[in-house]
Amino acid sequence: MGVEGIGASVVRKEDRRFITGKGRYVDDIKLVGMTHAHFVRSPHAHARIKSIDTSAAMNMPGVVGVLTGQQLVDDKIGNLICGWAITSKDGTGMKMGAWPAMAPETVRFVGQAVAVVVAETKNQAKDAAEAVVVNYEELPAVPDIRAAIAPGAPQLHPEAPGNVIYDWTIGDEGATDAAFKSAANVVSLDITNNRLVPNAMEPRAAIAEYNEPEEHFTLYTTSQNPHVARLVLSAFYNIAQEHKLRVVAPDVGGGFGSKIFIYPEEMVALWASKKVGRPVKWTGDRTEAFLTDAHGRDHLTKAEMALDKDNKVTGLRVKTYANLGGYMSLFSSSVPTYLYATLLSGQYNIPNIFAEVISVYTNTVPVDAYRGAGRPEASFVVERLMETAARQLKIDPAELRRKNFITQFPHQTPVIMAYDIGDFNASLDAAMKAIDYAGFPARKAKAKSEGKLRGIGVSCYIEACGIAPSKAVGSLGAGVGLWESAEVRVNPVGTIEVLTGSHSHGQGHETSFCQLVAERLGIPISQVQIVHGDTDKVQFGMGTYGSRSAAVGLTAILKAMEKVEAKAKKIAAHQLEASENDIVIENGEFKVTGTDKSIALPMVALAAYTAHNLPDGMEPGLKEGAFYDPTNFTFPAGAYICEMEVDAATGKTSFVNFVAADDFGRLINPMIVEGQVHGGLAQGIGQALLEGVVYDASGQLVTASFMDYTMPRADDLPSFKLSHTTTLCPGNPLGVKGCGEAGAIGASAAVINAITDAIGNNNLEMPATPDRVWHAIHG
Amino acid sequence: MSTVKLTVNGKAVSAEVEDRTLLVHLLRDNLNLTGTHVGCDTSQCGACVVHIDGRAVKSCTVLAGQAAGSNVTTIEGIAKGDELHPMQAAFRDNHGLQCGYCTPGMIMSAIDIVHRHSGKLDEATVRHELEGNICRCTGYHNIVKAVLDAAGRMKVAQAAE
Repeated sequence: MGVEGIGASVVRKEDRRFITGKGRYVDDIKLVGMTHAHFVRSPHAHARIKSIDTSAAMNMPGVVGVLTGQQLVDDKIGNLICGWAITSKDGTGMKMGAWPAMAPETVRFVGQAVAVVVAETKNQAKDAAEAVVVNYEELPAVPDIRAAIAPGAPQLHPEAPGNVIYDWTIGDEGATDAAFKSAANVVSLDITNNRLVPNAMEPRAAIAEYNEPEEHFTLYTTSQNPHVARLVLSAFYNIAQEHKLRVVAPDVGGGFGSKIFIYPEEMVALWASKKVGRPVKWTGDRTEAFLTDAHGRDHLTKAEMALDKDNKVTGLRVKTYANLGGYMSLFSSSVPTYLYATLLSGQYNIPNIFAEVISVYTNTVPVDAYRGAGRPEASFVVERLMETAARQLKIDPAELRRKNFITQFPHQTPVIMAYDIGDFNASLDAAMKAIDYAGFPARKAKAKSEGKLRGIGVSCYIEACGIAPSKAVGSLGAGVGLWESAEVRVNPVGTIEVLTGSHSHGQGHETSFCQLVAERLGIPISQVQIVHGDTDKVQFGMGTYGSRSAAVGLTAILKAMEKVEAKAKKIAAHQLEASENDIVIENGEFKVTGTDKSIALPMVALAAYTAHNLPDGMEPGLKEGAFYDPTNFTFPAGAYICEMEVDAATGKTSFVNFVAADDFGRLINPMIVEGQVHGGLAQGIGQALLEGVVYDASGQLVTASFMDYTMPRADDLPSFKLSHTTTLCPGNPLGVKGCGEAGAIGASAAVINAITDAIGNNNLEMPATPDRVWHAIHG
Repeated sequence: MSTVKLTVNGKAVSAEVEDRTLLVHLLRDNLNLTGTHVGCDTSQCGACVVHIDGRAVKSCTVLAGQAAGSNVTTIEGIAKGDELHPMQAAFRDNHGLQCGYCTPGMIMSAIDIVHRHSGKLDEATVRHELEGNICRCTGYHNIVKAVLDAAGRMKVAQAAE
């Protein structure tokens, strides 16, 4: 390993621009002649639009145009799509209602756009939006799952009777029922997985520019996957043809899943820029983010676990209702199905699993992938059940887990996933050692003598990263392939540009991806530049989500590198009059083994471009591309243990310690990996203790700002103790697995298990606020 | 519309703004200093923190007119040429940022925290004092480390001056 190669904690190249205020986020961009858009949004959760009067707004100062949903319909702009088809247990498809980018007739959640004002300044657009008069007929609303599925509930979409979108199952129902019938013990639990707001710190924004003579659009947007945005915008929405649309996602201030999707504002900005003949900018404010960014989680689950007399788990039965909101977002259907139920085996050898997922419409903002996307929900179910079983059977929770760990790999679960490798005992050992698990009873007793309740909670998670392969996900209903592309361009002077279809919005790709190139060629990372986030530069890509960038994106770069190296070796061999089999690459030089003959990379590159002296028949130039489609998911796993203290008088919880032992396979940049874990832990702990969306009975979003929705702040969190164990992923040549979601997947159960252990009451919903904890203690 | 005159990063500036204009918008829209960010509309997140006459202030809570005559320092004004401010360097060296969006506000708040505690800081104090700034990426772990690291660096830098 070189000092900047794989495994080195290199400080990030991209940081200089961020710490000096020179980042370039969408809202930082100004175009000549740019106008500003502000949306008129529904104040009602469910209503029929009787009329919209835009005449007063049109006459307000600076107004360039006021556009409504009906005009979208008239211009044949398509409805938003859902890109993953799910088939119900009766063989029918999803019951999907139409989602127009601005509602022409009916609104189905508070905040849904009905019109947009375009003006010279943002303030003028806001002022004029106040003057748009919308006459609504209010309709009864169903803001949660129970209300939506109640008999006689108001119907949101005519296509979805009973507000049920699909009723999907996985696993063997008969075998699982039989396992429960013959079980020595059965454990059951009702679980609510609370709805969350992703809350990337940069609000969503979009700038659209239409070039009339060229019939060409440019969209600057806060996207995690600009190519997919372009594909969907062109193929489904009738806004522009794919080759007439450039999508740029420059610096993006966090995503966590919420910026994967196409949103109405991006579509409307593009369409409006053509309508008004000027560039149109929209920047959301925080309340708009709460009202319109795709939310996460929101499951109601009944879960049961069957165990035999030796405390081996013999069956798992799960029935989950998933709230998808008022409309189906781009990947929403896959989140509670293939990304959730397929991980219900957890780290355990469970021979029989059956899961049913019923997805429903409610009068709330659409729900889609949020950090972990289905996997946190699965892990929470399994790890809460495991803990509950241990308490019911009076076994040490760590021991019960150990007894049921999968120890032979590969392991085929009953729910599609085939785990390739893992060592679950190793991570549990590491976590138990780090927190001094054995010493806990003494610490608990001491805390008790001081009037405090002390609890310890274990959570052994597994996740499935880098969704793949494309053929398999296609057969399961996915509308896109899940490969990644890369191109490696060696310039004539020996500097290198690496073009990737991954998108970095905080993950540090500009550094870690360079480290691979630096490692292979023995050059400093300053000689390498990562190019991403612009569909005019990179031919295609699938973007960044699901912890896929290293396992899939970086492997694509490796494949392109191998082609570049092979050609460069041929050129070097020719220049050095040696056999290409004798050429090795070291410290930026191509050397003939066993001799002192060598040629530096820039000279090889120059030879490729001057083409004066190349092997016969060789094409000039030195750039290669690759598409990489993995053969399987990767399976990061780990053990988290949390020790908490509870003040019985107030219900206030405080961390004593939080340890995380993860197995991510090979670490490209350990510093960046640990940072990813920290962030995930904060979101998992946030879900457990602080965060939760509240809609009132009429469908008003009560938590619509940072004053009402509790974001974790520095004072709410502990300093984390991290360690790593390693099994190399056999599915990709780098042995990497993915680390971005781990913390969010594993942390919540560890925290809730610790608190319920401390208070001696297993019934505690997230977020476990002091109020809820106090009531759980005192009844 | 009013003319507002103030000093920003050591330079006298003047801008024609609507009376309702907030300082953050004057900085971003009129002066093109886009390092100061807007992350919320309720003065909760701290992405817009700048220094007014040496004190950390959320620039979304201040009308541009209220800042008239004052000395404003933004994230663009704290490095000495190519030499980063010790807090900037500490954020980079401790991986105290990921997406970078909250970072300018964090750094400006953190400098003020160190100044107010004259170098005597511990983890609990840093965590408590950072409560006005939200980061969604880092879990704060490395931000806290960076602030404590910078506190030492700033003391050394001060001693050297």
